[in-house]
Amino acid sequence: MQIYLPIAEISVDAFLLLGLGGLVGILSGMFGVGGGFLMTPLLFFIGIPPAVAVATEANQIVASSFSGVLAHLRRQTVDLKMGLVLLTGGLVGAAAGIQIFRELREIGQVDLLVKLTYVIFLGIIGSLMFVEGLNALRHARKRGGGPARRKGHTWIHGLPFKMKFRTSNLYISVIPPLLVGALVGILAAIMGVGGGFIMVPAMIYLLGMPTKVVIGTSLFQIIFVTAFTTLMHATTNYTVDMALAVLLLLGGVVGAQIGTRIGLKMKAESLRILLAVMVLGVCGKLAGDLLFEPAELYTLGAGGE
Amino acid sequence: MLRILVAIFLLASPALAQTAQPQGPTAGPITSPATGPATAPTTAPAAGKAGAGAGTDHTPARETVVAGLSQNRISITANFDGTGILIFGAVKRTSPPPTGPLDVIIAVSGPERAVTVRKKERIAGIWVNRDSRKVSSAPTFYAIASTGPLSRILSKSEDMRYKITIPRMVEEAAAADGLSNLDEFATAVIRIRKDNGLYVQRDKAVKLSDETLFDTQIALPAALVEGDYKARIFLLREGKVLDAYTRTIAVRKVGMERWIYNLAHERPLIYGLLSLAIAIFAGWLASTVFRLLRIS
Repeated sequence: MQIYLPIAEISVDAFLLLGLGGLVGILSGMFGVGGGFLMTPLLFFIGIPPAVAVATEANQIVASSFSGVLAHLRRQTVDLKMGLVLLTGGLVGAAAGIQIFRELREIGQVDLLVKLTYVIFLGIIGSLMFVEGLNALRHARKRGGGPARRKGHTWIHGLPFKMKFRTSNLYISVIPPLLVGALVGILAAIMGVGGGFIMVPAMIYLLGMPTKVVIGTSLFQIIFVTAFTTLMHATTNYTVDMALAVLLLLGGVVGAQIGTRIGLKMKAESLRILLAVMVLGVCGKLAGDLLFEPAELYTLGAGGE
Repeated sequence: MLRILVAIFLLASPALAQTAQPQGPTAGPITSPATGPATAPTTAPAAGKAGAGAGTDHTPARETVVAGLSQNRISITANFDGTGILIFGAVKRTSPPPTGPLDVIIAVSGPERAVTVRKKERIAGIWVNRDSRKVSSAPTFYAIASTGPLSRILSKSEDMRYKITIPRMVEEAAAADGLSNLDEFATAVIRIRKDNGLYVQRDKAVKLSDETLFDTQIALPAALVEGDYKARIFLLREGKVLDAYTRTIAVRKVGMERWIYNLAHERPLIYGLLSLAIAIFAGWLASTVFRLLRIS
């Protein structure tokens, strides 16, 4: 069934959009990532104009994250206090990111920046998670016990403004979470994603939060950052396509529910390896686009000011 | 020659054209185009009213075109998936047709919009957008159908005058921005839009019967930009345009599509908040429905 998208101004198959939404929604629920880093390139691929894809994707992530976070709230796997601290940093970062984005758009290098950021971040994070996940899995098998113990005291514990995060069982300075939030906010605005795929590893490795709490907390923070981004895009670029968003989120919210249940049944280590493989896959594809000569050297863009 | 230029200049301005009327006889064959494009400073062989008033109609046989469209209003609804329009018409004559083949060209063009063309280059091993050019108005859609190969039935000078072929159409846009026709950026616009099915050229797609009746079907793609589309019909003999006829097709979003589009542009904040509300509601609904399903 074909449907004409009023803002994107193209006609696409409605079931294709529902399917894409569902698929990405499952991943979102499983890993606590918004799924934007997969969905945005997929939308480009089916011919949605990049500006519309990025803005609409932000809107869709709000829905799937909200649906996901409700499931996590009921299981009490959301650290609200940590979420608020991350969010504070996130909103500041997103505002800064939108400024950077605007300035780079003026010199026509947004494409390159977005792709390079993707390749670098996905590459580093994917490899780290993959190695760590494999190690953890090996240790767990050998001893038949729990996951590998994380390092004890680091420089992070020496910072001031300490705060107690009961849900995460942490007593750390608020500076690292604020910085992580801000960094993710900047990247979220530039890359048009929720930023979960960066925040989840940052929370695990940098802040030392337990994996099960990380996913719910990440979703919680993503809701607000993407909501903010959606509003910014809607009011400055008019690129949020409501019809596209509704179709994606119909599939997405259902997928997120299924994904959350799958995620709770799976072992944290296997979950991490799976996510790592996916992150590396997207990274490889984007790196290929940059390294190999494209079939068409020219691209057409809207000629607006 | 000078007189002709003066006449062209005078005709270009409606106010001055009035004062130019008495000069009609001295201006010779220059007459106002009867139905041609308003911008083309052209001699329409079908004698114009100004010329007729001065009694200087030297054209031997008049052949004019009368045409219609199957639809002159296209509504973009939610399930819009492209459409086709039938363009048909007849050649009107006051005397028997001259010998030699008669040809028809039908061109449908979409609204013109600015486009930025970027070229990738390899820098330090990666492909990067380097050079870019802006073409400030290129048609978003252009379909051209004819009774025969354009190179054979249309002379270069007539193409220059009426801007009929696709390269000529884009060249016109590119020239305004200081790009030449052979410019790689201008040709890239044509190539990419042809690949996307937005620029279409079909020789022999116009059926002409008995040198009088003609028709063709123009397919409009699903990715249609809203605006006024122009259908132009040209009647030709030996590469020369005998008559031109223009009709407008209004392409508009309607219903839900219209409502969403207007809201997004006129009340962006409300639109953004509404989008968020829908997202939050859908998220809550799915969560609740799934929980109920699991309990029962």
